[in-house]
Amino acid sequence: MKRYIFRIKRFNPETDQAPYWQNFEVKLEPMERLLDGLLRIKEEQDGSLTFRRSCAHGICGSCAMKINGRNRLACQTLIKDMPETVEIEPLEAYPVIKDLVVDMEPFFSKNEEVMPYLINNDPPPDRERLQSPDDQQRLVESITCIMCGSCTSACPVYWSDRQYLGPSALLKAFRFIFDTRDRATEERLKRIIHSHGLWRCHSIYNCVEVCPKEIDITSHIAALKRFALRNRLKP
Amino acid sequence: MEVIVHNYDTVIIGSGLAGLRAALETTATGSVAVLAKLYPTRCHSTAAQGGIAAALGNEEPDSPEWHFYDTVKGSDFLGDQDAIEVMCEDAVRTVVELEHMGVPFSRTPEGKIAQRRFGGHTREFGAAPVRRACYSADRTGHAIVFALYEQCMLKGVQFFSEFHVLDIVVEEGRCQGVIAMEIKTGKLHAFQAKATLVASGGYGRVFKTTSNALASTGDCLGMLFNRGLPLEDMEFFQFHPTGIYGLGILITEGARGEGGVLRNSKGERFMERYAPTIKDLAPRDMVSRAILTEIREGRGIDGRDYVYLDLTHVPRKNIEERLPEISSFCKIYLGIDPAEEPIPVLPTAHYAMGGIPTDVDGRVLRDEKGVTVEGLYAAGECACVSVHGANRLGCNSLLDTVVFGRRAGKAINKELNGLKQGSIKKELINQVFEEIDRLINSKGTEKIGKIRKQLQQKMMEHCSVFRTEEHLKMLIDELKDIKERYRDIGLKDTSGAFNTELLEAIELGHLITLSEVIAHSALRRTESRGAHYREDFPKRDDENWLKHTLAFKKSGAIEFAYKPVRITKFQPQERKY
Ligand SMILES: Cc1cc2nc3c(=O)[nH]c(=O)nc-3n(C[C@H](O)[C@H](O)[C@H](O)COP(=O)(O)OP(=O)(O)OC[C@H]3O[C@@H](n4cnc5c(N)ncnc54)[C@H](O)[C@@H]3O)c2cc1C
Ligand code: SF4
Ligand code: FES
Repeated sequence: MKRYIFRIKRFNPETDQAPYWQNFEVKLEPMERLLDGLLRIKEEQDGSLTFRRSCAHGICGSCAMKINGRNRLACQTLIKDMPETVEIEPLEAYPVIKDLVVDMEPFFSKNEEVMPYLINNDPPPDRERLQSPDDQQRLVESITCIMCGSCTSACPVYWSDRQYLGPSALLKAFRFIFDTRDRATEERLKRIIHSHGLWRCHSIYNCVEVCPKEIDITSHIAALKRFALRNRLKP
Repeated sequence: MEVIVHNYDTVIIGSGLAGLRAALETTATGSVAVLAKLYPTRCHSTAAQGGIAAALGNEEPDSPEWHFYDTVKGSDFLGDQDAIEVMCEDAVRTVVELEHMGVPFSRTPEGKIAQRRFGGHTREFGAAPVRRACYSADRTGHAIVFALYEQCMLKGVQFFSEFHVLDIVVEEGRCQGVIAMEIKTGKLHAFQAKATLVASGGYGRVFKTTSNALASTGDCLGMLFNRGLPLEDMEFFQFHPTGIYGLGILITEGARGEGGVLRNSKGERFMERYAPTIKDLAPRDMVSRAILTEIREGRGIDGRDYVYLDLTHVPRKNIEERLPEISSFCKIYLGIDPAEEPIPVLPTAHYAMGGIPTDVDGRVLRDEKGVTVEGLYAAGECACVSVHGANRLGCNSLLDTVVFGRRAGKAINKELNGLKQGSIKKELINQVFEEIDRLINSKGTEKIGKIRKQLQQKMMEHCSVFRTEEHLKMLIDELKDIKERYRDIGLKDTSGAFNTELLEAIELGHLITLSEVIAHSALRRTESRGAHYREDFPKRDDENWLKHTLAFKKSGAIEFAYKPVRITKFQPQERKY
């Protein structure tokens, strides 16, 4: 067991004028997760400490937060990789609701703009639609997204333009545009090619750096750009 | 006190696979609201790794009848065979439909849905393992959840995300709707409905070591039980053989389906002794007992309490393409590469076979005679149809959620016209207000975190893979003490908005209730069947116990009734693999 200081940015809208920092001391085994530390503080020291969590192993996307200046999943961060003092804040660029909980609606709503559903109105065959392993494999990274919001929150373009679709929504567009079974490419391209869309991405790579699922988002966006160019869709 | 009242034709609690599939079905006929305490795609169905079972026969010959047989045998003959037949016969259509909705399944070289082996799934009535699990790498649940959620968006289904249901109102012989808290504001909402579907998932958090999410607390089962409705077969809780040692995070059975084997301290592939025909792919109850027996007999690794899951002989390419997620878990949480080093594993509490009794169309049953509760339906892991009996086969749960989610939706569509709009009385809402008030202002000395730990620890110690009368009685005593302590809790967070401490306190109340039901149901059943193993009664006893348990709350105590198993095609026989 080792002693750690969790320096947490706190805010309760009902009682606080502004956010403030509070330190907690917590003891953890090296292989424990940062989330274990937060849970322990909530259980033993301050029940009012508020954060989202559910799966505890990096699959539900609930627990993204800024940990020592970088967006990560609390449940996927081992304490042994952290310094003795760990600074924990809510994700940047989304409105704070309470402590580490932010309003994700601005993030989710971007996703909805890109028509995030398979559209194919051809009469369905009796059995599955065929798709080659290579065509399926091409989607693998883009379907791995857990909607944690880390990428968009770390994106400087999003910081300056809150209407920008952001990396995750563009990744979702890729997932359907490059699905051989989908039939709505044209409509979907229209939804991503506008002054707050695809061409706002300047390949800054912040998103790739923080994505907990190690998705190379920027290369997917680049593929979309090439595809748009081929279809003469540069604004 | 302010409450916001809504009126819908159908209200669905839960946005897991069962809730989502039902929402797609009901949205054509009337207004639908889906309530979930998490954002929809954060449900625990996303964690499902290995696959969904269907006898597509894409990789080798297979048939729904073999699937039917395997499921009956896997259930240790406690599953209701009419329901199992419905599920297995509908499996191929179900998976094809999911594919059409956009699920990105892994593919065979010809472009069909790829399939792999899974525990207990065999060809020709047990002759050898068969490739029946349809998968999307080891992220199958995630892939299906997203596709269904996306189709719901396309159809305009209305979601109330981060709405925590506090009460399901069953009054005057029928379900009137639900009372829920909007977590963000702390405001109460009453949803009055013609039909209410419970699809609230599992409750693995009654145990210390579990593959289940922190949100898997079984709240809705607790609510219905407290309202006098029965819970079925609660003594049957599945322990998955391969949880990561110390963490409980699941390593899918697909890892063994791809060729992985279990080894003890001597390097021996010990499952050959316990299940000579299908070895490491035996059903989970058997494999979990085998692992713990090896450990008890001193053959755990380095004499400790775990064994190895060995994938080092599986081609790296197969691991990378078909098991990327579990490889990444091993790297992140253990610092090992499963292609190079074996994975330390131990059984982890995984799946609730028991739950809210329903018929094959999701109608909730109020007694052992099969009388239904008007306007109330259930599907998914919270329900007990019962297709899994005493032990679920891998990949049959995702199938169950989608098949019975759809069927419940269809039943609602058909019955909606005959159902009156529900009405929730002011007194009931006031009761909920008062209860919240009491909790928020409770200034007792006990901390909920501590009580929860004690509960989970005791359930693990006395009521997991091996059980005895002595231990179950000790547990029941402990539970009395835990209940006492729960009455004396104190909360720190007094705010309305996003008060997760308050919600955890409420969840803990339900965990305690469910633990009691599990313990008492387990004590009553003096035989061993599937996941319920009584060391003091090690044999299956068909003469006395080929029946389902129904537990009721009656004037504060738990009472029991039993109902027969529906056997149509396969007579009970000894279960050997
Ligand atoms: C790690 C893991 C791997 C698995 N792998 C497989 C597999 O490969 N194949 C297979 O067939 N099965 C698998 N299973 C089992 C299967 O995933 C689950 O049984 C199934 O997904 C349950 O789905 P569900 O729709 O019933 O519930 P869930 O997906 O758990 O959803 C429950 C929903 O109810 C909501 N809810 C609960 N309580 C409340 C409340 N009080 N108020 C409001 N909302 C509430 C939640 O927010 C959630 O939306 C696995 C399970 C685990 C844990
Ligand atoms: S792309 Fe990565 S960082 Fe962005 S939401 Fe998805 S998982 Fe999170
Ligand atoms: S708790 Fe699910 S991603 Fe961290």
